[in-house]
Amino acid sequence: MAIDAATVRKVAKLARIREDEARLEPLAKELSAILDWIEQLNEVDVEGVEPMTSAVAAALPLREDKVTEGGDAGRVLANAPRAKDGFFVVPKVVE
Amino acid sequence: MTSLTALTLKSALTGLAKGDFTSLELTQAHVEAIEGARSLNAYVLETPDKALAMAKAADERRRGGSAGPLEGVPLGIKDLFCTEGVRTTACSNILAEFAPPYESAVTANLWRDGAVMLGKLNMDEFAMGSSNETSRFGPVNNPWRIEGSNQFLTPGGSSGGSAVAVAADLCLGATATDTGGSIRQPAAFTGTVGIKPTYGRCSRWGVVAFASSLDQAGPIAKTVEDAAILLTSMAGHDPRDSTSLDVAVPDFASFVAKGVRGLRIGVPKEYNVPGMPAEIEALWAQGVEWLKAEGCEIIEVSLPHTRYALPAYYIIAPAEASSNLARYDGMRFGLRADGASLTEVYEGTRATGFGEEVKRRILMGTYVLSAGYYDAYYLKAQKVRRRIAEDFTAAFERVDALLTPTAPSAAFGLGERRDDPVTMYLNDVFTVTANLAGLPALSLPAGLDPQGLPLGLQLIGKPLDEGTLFSLAGTLERAADFKARPKVWWRS
Repeated sequence: MAIDAATVRKVAKLARIREDEARLEPLAKELSAILDWIEQLNEVDVEGVEPMTSAVAAALPLREDKVTEGGDAGRVLANAPRAKDGFFVVPKVVE
Repeated sequence: MTSLTALTLKSALTGLAKGDFTSLELTQAHVEAIEGARSLNAYVLETPDKALAMAKAADERRRGGSAGPLEGVPLGIKDLFCTEGVRTTACSNILAEFAPPYESAVTANLWRDGAVMLGKLNMDEFAMGSSNETSRFGPVNNPWRIEGSNQFLTPGGSSGGSAVAVAADLCLGATATDTGGSIRQPAAFTGTVGIKPTYGRCSRWGVVAFASSLDQAGPIAKTVEDAAILLTSMAGHDPRDSTSLDVAVPDFASFVAKGVRGLRIGVPKEYNVPGMPAEIEALWAQGVEWLKAEGCEIIEVSLPHTRYALPAYYIIAPAEASSNLARYDGMRFGLRADGASLTEVYEGTRATGFGEEVKRRILMGTYVLSAGYYDAYYLKAQKVRRRIAEDFTAAFERVDALLTPTAPSAAFGLGERRDDPVTMYLNDVFTVTANLAGLPALSLPAGLDPQGLPLGLQLIGKPLDEGTLFSLAGTLERAADFKARPKVWWRS
């Protein structure tokens, strides 16, 4: 099996997704099955092949470095789970 | 008079121009049809008041002599497109009641051209799925049923709501998106037409991101011509999407009636996969005959890396998704779970907000991007992706377009393939290659299987050559003369 429960625990931590202990083993099985299927990529000869990062072979366009919008805290905060006095309210980060 | 909802988009535009009916009447008819079809679960948000107001405004513009190309035509919008002030959720709990403060570029283009919004359409959560079963709002029911059966069938996914809304006459056309086949497979399962244009044709600005190097918007419609009309409005350069192509948008509808004599059509032998039903093979052969009869030259081609496309996709798409979906942290919008610390809030928000398939893909993406595995999986997949793209480049030196089936089966039962992710992923075996290579690809209905379910044929074209696809699709549409309609069982 490509992935064990400990690896799932570590990856879930990296992805900031809480997974119950009871789910780790089944998830390890599911992800391993997918990875086993993906292993067939090893049959492909990719010696000297440049990785393809984009479907379009175009240089990223540049634009002038100037502010085009902003100054609209009301709209930015309209969907906030919590907001106060023009700020997002978030859990305490620094003790 | 034919029911207004049975019209094609083109015939509705003609009727509106002649004054046979108003947009208000046309829109009202669709609003009523939607209310009577809630058992299909195609719409996750109905916006009748907005629709009727937009219809009235469209009628006024038409009276004033300034009708746009889509003036007064009611459309459905996949819930992946941000619509200003109208709830947009990507059918995920994590977006809660998110009401975007901006409009996506594609929908803004449609409203600029006079279209009317009927509501938001169901889909797989974050477009991750091939059966529309991962939606927070529950699955969509395919209006098509096996003859003599009451079993609920999937409409395909992820754009299941878009495909069903079109197939069941709940709109005159719909927006959709396609990352691995999410426009074409549902179109094939519902007897509708869908096109994923060349990567970069439609702006991704304001479309909730799944896998940014693969995501592309396109229409699902009743006819090839309707799809061409819609794509002409949806496409166009947008500086807010750095991958948006700065190229002219032709009038795609002008290609639909064009002859195809002399075009070279490639038939990729690798698409003849083991276990493919005989009727799909037969339909493919029939498609070849139809094009031959219209003067096309048929050439067998080889795309040797085809079988590696899905495994490569299931590294690249989850990797990009795990990165894109990192933004759902519960701080600025959407759901926030309670917790004693910041980490607990993050982990709780994402555990409760994301569904099982989305979590599975985020975990997979995080794994393949993690230290020690990056080269073995992600980099490897990107190299295989180039091999797949090179296959197409080589084939297109000999042919003008490719003809293949759209999906390896007809619509299947809801719940039938939920337990094994890999079996579900195989649905996209014929469609995912065009996403990896960034090529335009179109699906159109071409026949029924022995159980009475629609089957689709797919055309894949050269970059930016949607015009040729529309000419070929128009030819196939006339030859196939697909007139079958699902029997109405859903009306309340």
